Amino acid sequence: MGITKAIAIYALRGVTLLLAVSILSFTLANLSPINPETRYRLSHPGASDENVSRMREYWGIDEPPVERYLGWLSGILRGDWGTSTSYRQPVLSVIGVRFQASLALMMTAWTFSGLLGYGVGCLMGVFRNRMVDRIARRVCLFMCSVPTFWIGLVFLAVFAAALGWFPFGLAVPPGIPPEQVTVAQRIHHLILPALTLSFLSFANLSLHTREKLIDVYDSDFVLFARARGESDIEILFRHGIRNSVIPALTMQFGSFAELFGGSVFAETIFSYPGLGAAVSAAGSGASDMPLFLGIVLFSACFIFVGNLIANILTHVIDPRTREGAKA
Amino acid sequence: MLEVKNLSLFFRMYDRAFKRQDLKVISNLNIIARPGEIIAVAGSSGSGKSLLAHAILGILPKNAFMSGEMLWQKNPLTIKIQKRLRGKEFALVPQSVTYLDPLMKVGRQVSRSKDTTLNLFRRYQLDESAASLFPHELSGGMARRTLLGAALAGNPKLVIADEPTPGLSQDLAENAMAHLREMANNGAAVLLITHDIDLALRFADRIAVFYAGTTVETANAQDFANESHLRHPYSKALWRAMPQNGFEPAPGTQPYAGALPQGCLYAPRCPFATPLCINAQPESRHLRGGEVSCNHAD
Repeated sequence: MGITKAIAIYALRGVTLLLAVSILSFTLANLSPINPETRYRLSHPGASDENVSRMREYWGIDEPPVERYLGWLSGILRGDWGTSTSYRQPVLSVIGVRFQASLALMMTAWTFSGLLGYGVGCLMGVFRNRMVDRIARRVCLFMCSVPTFWIGLVFLAVFAAALGWFPFGLAVPPGIPPEQVTVAQRIHHLILPALTLSFLSFANLSLHTREKLIDVYDSDFVLFARARGESDIEILFRHGIRNSVIPALTMQFGSFAELFGGSVFAETIFSYPGLGAAVSAAGSGASDMPLFLGIVLFSACFIFVGNLIANILTHVIDPRTREGAKA
Repeated sequence: MLEVKNLSLFFRMYDRAFKRQDLKVISNLNIIARPGEIIAVAGSSGSGKSLLAHAILGILPKNAFMSGEMLWQKNPLTIKIQKRLRGKEFALVPQSVTYLDPLMKVGRQVSRSKDTTLNLFRRYQLDESAASLFPHELSGGMARRTLLGAALAGNPKLVIADEPTPGLSQDLAENAMAHLREMANNGAAVLLITHDIDLALRFADRIAVFYAGTTVETANAQDFANESHLRHPYSKALWRAMPQNGFEPAPGTQPYAGALPQGCLYAPRCPFATPLCINAQPESRHLRGGEVSCNHAD
């Protein structure tokens, strides 16, 4: 497969994926009982019929859904993602601000779970079936089975409420002007939600790395390495990491979906003003459809990019799938 | 010189009910590998030949247990000594390209020193550019030469070649054997593990006939010229089963590990078996310039 062809295929996949996501999410939003009219009636009890019909006209409720979808889509393509009804700001700028906060959170959690998860996985692989491995494996299986929101609440109860080491929520201390907030304060607020978010993928990654390393240790080439006098530690650095880091990276980039999904819980629990908290607010109480659909599209892009990077990495690093390999 | 005396090996396994079960795979095996000589361990597949190689190198799995004696240069071959000698005085020639790390360039796998690698490449007529190829990019012949080179990197005194020829064309197989011969001529002791008796006969000095996890006979390669020169009933049956000697199969099958008879392992198939054979495994003894484990051989 040529490199241009590969790029073309990925681009086509991306476009079709986003189209499908936009159609599906628009249809679902359309089917939901919440629309501008019901929202308006809820917030303005006793609104006059005249006002309601002007509102219907303003939001185009009486137009056919396909027309509304096409109108929305053409706006998206022109860069006009609509106006958030709860923030009274363009959807794109809300996403921009919120995403910065989320990105800090997600990338902290992602890096942390990646490095530590891989490290613990290597440890379990090298000491497979020994005491260290048995304990770590049970801890990981426990971490895998624990829901993100539950562990978030436990962290809050233990580290924020009981021990008082970390703040209860938010991204910055309340009552301080944004320009006076220090980096240390931001990090202090970031730690608990990031830990919560890294919990699941951490355990997944280390268990996966453990299995991969055990395969490597059972392989013919490690047997040969042993026959040539390499020790367990030498084998880890010469062969183990080389053969397990690509799947680990692929897995870590492929976990963007779980990362984003987890951030919805983590941000909601810690009142962290990121994209996850915004989407859960927009989808429930605020019923802010333009923002909600915008975030859905944006997160689809985000996850697609993650998977794309995972695919590219596999192609670049693994010589067996590398472009132009002399077979 | 490597001497293996009365080596037995079993695997300890636990089944579902955590009941312990010992699976014996090598029983009272005797073999001697001398410098300058190729000794072939010839036996059918699944008879535990590779495990012998792993036992000598000390790379058995953790649930394997051994008894008996192994001597290297007259000194007991302990785990500590095995560790020190692996990759230096002891070399393993593996059977296929899967013994190379698929993600590492072959040059770095042959030797960590670039000069040594290039020297070995020249010696085995490999192009220098092959050093920067990955194992999956090698042809069968290149892979074979690379593996030989990797095994030879330390100038070994004991070379254990574990089935080095299956899957190779006749030319390449002979080429590989010629390299082993060369190592022996340079003073190494070569232990060739194979199920290809013809190949063993053509290139080895002595043949250890392997049956159900033990060596029933050690014969000179010339002894295979005539059935009467052989000592053990199994070797004779093997001889008669060779295409050029009548192609006559022996009745019965080799017993599986876990279902080995108590006495001589060949007794259930042997036409000369007596109660003596069925009760105890015969000791190995010298006979006509070879060794045999049989009560009736003469």
